[in-house]
Amino acid sequence: MSAPPLSRVVGGVRLHVVTGKGGVGKTTVAAALGLALARQGKQVLVAEVEGRQGISQTFDVPPLGDEEVRLVGHASGGELWGLSVDAKAALMEYLQTFYKLGRAGGALERMGVVDFATTIAPGVRDVLLIGKVYEAVTRTTGPRRGHGSLAWDAVVLDAPPTGRVARFLNVNAQVADLARMGPIHSQAESITRMLRDRRSVVHVVTLLEEMPVQETADAVADLASQGFGLGAVVVNQVRDPYGDESLLAQVAADPAAVADQVRADLAAVGVRAGPKTVDGLLREAVDHAERVALEQELTAEVDALGMPRLSLPSLPSGVEDGGVAVLADALVAQGVR
Amino acid sequence: MSPRRPDPVDVDRLLDDPGTGIIVCCGSGGVGKTTTAAALGIRAAERGRRVVVLTIDPARRLAQSLGLTELDNTPRPVAGVDTSAGGSLDAMMLDMKRTFDEVVLAHSTPDKAAQILENPFYQAVSSSFAGTQEYMAMEKLGQLRAQADREGTWDLVVVDTPPSRSALDFLDAPKRLGSFLDGRFIRLLMAPAKAGSRAYMRVFAFGANLAATTLSRVLGGQFLADVQNFVAALDTMFGGFRERADVTYALLKEPSTSFVVVAAPERDALREATYFVDRLESEGMPLTGVVVNRVQQLAAPGISGSRAAAAAEQLEDREAAAGGRPALTSALLRLHADLAQIVSRHEGHVRRFALSHPAVPLSTVPASSTDIHDLPGLREVGAALARE
Repeated sequence: MSAPPLSRVVGGVRLHVVTGKGGVGKTTVAAALGLALARQGKQVLVAEVEGRQGISQTFDVPPLGDEEVRLVGHASGGELWGLSVDAKAALMEYLQTFYKLGRAGGALERMGVVDFATTIAPGVRDVLLIGKVYEAVTRTTGPRRGHGSLAWDAVVLDAPPTGRVARFLNVNAQVADLARMGPIHSQAESITRMLRDRRSVVHVVTLLEEMPVQETADAVADLASQGFGLGAVVVNQVRDPYGDESLLAQVAADPAAVADQVRADLAAVGVRAGPKTVDGLLREAVDHAERVALEQELTAEVDALGMPRLSLPSLPSGVEDGGVAVLADALVAQGVR
Repeated sequence: MSPRRPDPVDVDRLLDDPGTGIIVCCGSGGVGKTTTAAALGIRAAERGRRVVVLTIDPARRLAQSLGLTELDNTPRPVAGVDTSAGGSLDAMMLDMKRTFDEVVLAHSTPDKAAQILENPFYQAVSSSFAGTQEYMAMEKLGQLRAQADREGTWDLVVVDTPPSRSALDFLDAPKRLGSFLDGRFIRLLMAPAKAGSRAYMRVFAFGANLAATTLSRVLGGQFLADVQNFVAALDTMFGGFRERADVTYALLKEPSTSFVVVAAPERDALREATYFVDRLESEGMPLTGVVVNRVQQLAAPGISGSRAAAAAEQLEDREAAAGGRPALTSALLRLHADLAQIVSRHEGHVRRFALSHPAVPLSTVPASSTDIHDLPGLREVGAALARE
């Protein structure tokens, strides 16, 4: 299966849903994607829905709340804003908008209704969370809804992990059986229309490790079968190839054969290396070759998914200290517009 | 003066102590909880314990290596474990819906059970509510423990925890589910069905009506009816959910339970570990220690990263001047220098954690160049945990 060009799954997209197995750097990638788009002069909102405060930590700003906060501006005029969607606040806002509840909202909170609706009533929480994202995606700058231009050029959603994402996005099915009518039901239908629109895509973040790749394949199959638009597979933490991988492969193939030469070379530059150190260096090359072989195998599996692949470099010092900007550069360099 | 490193987790003492009845492996997603749980299980079994490992969502190949090819919610013996010390190893994978169904079936008449199982609200709660997996993992743990006590099948239960939004969810979710099902609002929803609650209803009539009216406007009337039926059926079936959650909570607090917090040498995973350690301490729960998986090691620790980088540069200069041969050695040195940088990053994260938790035992497990998905690999992890 050959992958569609990247431009088709990024260009013109209004809602970028970013998912991935826990621990693969989903939030960092969502932030980097938002930043990359803002650098093209776009107004971009990045939203998280799990209350982790991963975005504020990535940008080293105070914790985000349910107000949109400007994170970064760019010389191009583009801006990146952040939002942490909270189901409770979304419900209160929702009730306020549609029912003009006023102070009765507080009574609902005390009665445990808010907790009930946002925590236990299945699917309602997700409808509320995505509802807020839906509102941002469709918001216009005019005096009334639908008037003026769109408030955001793109919205990036830091979505739940692969194991839960299809269920999260499939809000309609979740609430259809339960709430057969009423505003939650119609809200779910509008959301579903937006999510299945071709301007909404799901990007899946993975590492070149067995389990994340497996989960990526499972999630992609699941999402595709449910009719969601697929974006790119983002392979995170890809190690730079060494100047000459074939040299290391040669060492790995027969480490004993080169031990003497390595010892002599080390001695020539004044590194005193006993047999243990030489063996250690060779062992590191063998491990490296094993990992490279595994990564090649997994890259082939990723490519077989038929989605464009984006690669983000492994940052030896981690994503702290502006690492997210480096990742945004890498996305722009690979054609993210 | 460098701060003293915390003591390592004394894994063998933990596993050999007959007083250890439950080991809970917890931590954020993607840190290798299941691997740690399986490695501890095998090591305990091969040291003579009769062990059952409850896994939540194992990687496919790891599941296969444990013989977990069918998800039938029943522990099965793991083939290939050395039982010469008198131990044994069973493993199972949690099926949360099935576990919930079993709870319903075990506590009600067939008629009533059928009524509950068909209720759409029950179906949604049992298969998709974010806390159900946690709740059922704890329920299953309780069941396994009871079966172990009753039949003497096992003397150690090792449990992996669900990949939650946050590592703390699995402690909170059962209580949350319990307190909502037992909560005032649910009571009010059911109040009309109960005699003698009129006075109570009058007092709260305004609030209750408002609540019920709003919910039915938002969710639709059928939804409320389903919820009412579901709660009424459960209520008559077995005491309070909250009570049940309390029993589970008490089980976790017993001295025979040990929590092992699993992390990876990354900022986020260790931050989750911090939350967890602090929480366990404040709840008085028995924390055994922290295991940091996949810590990069150097096979040639004798050469520092900066020395290796400098030497590589020297060799490359010579090569540029003379030609050919040293390229191979400089490639090795460059690789070594990069690894050393990762090592120092990992060590920095672990050190920062240890500094703020000096009294918490901490062990590290070296990163493996490939993924772990067979018994020999799990044995190696177990040996590393025990610092063999």
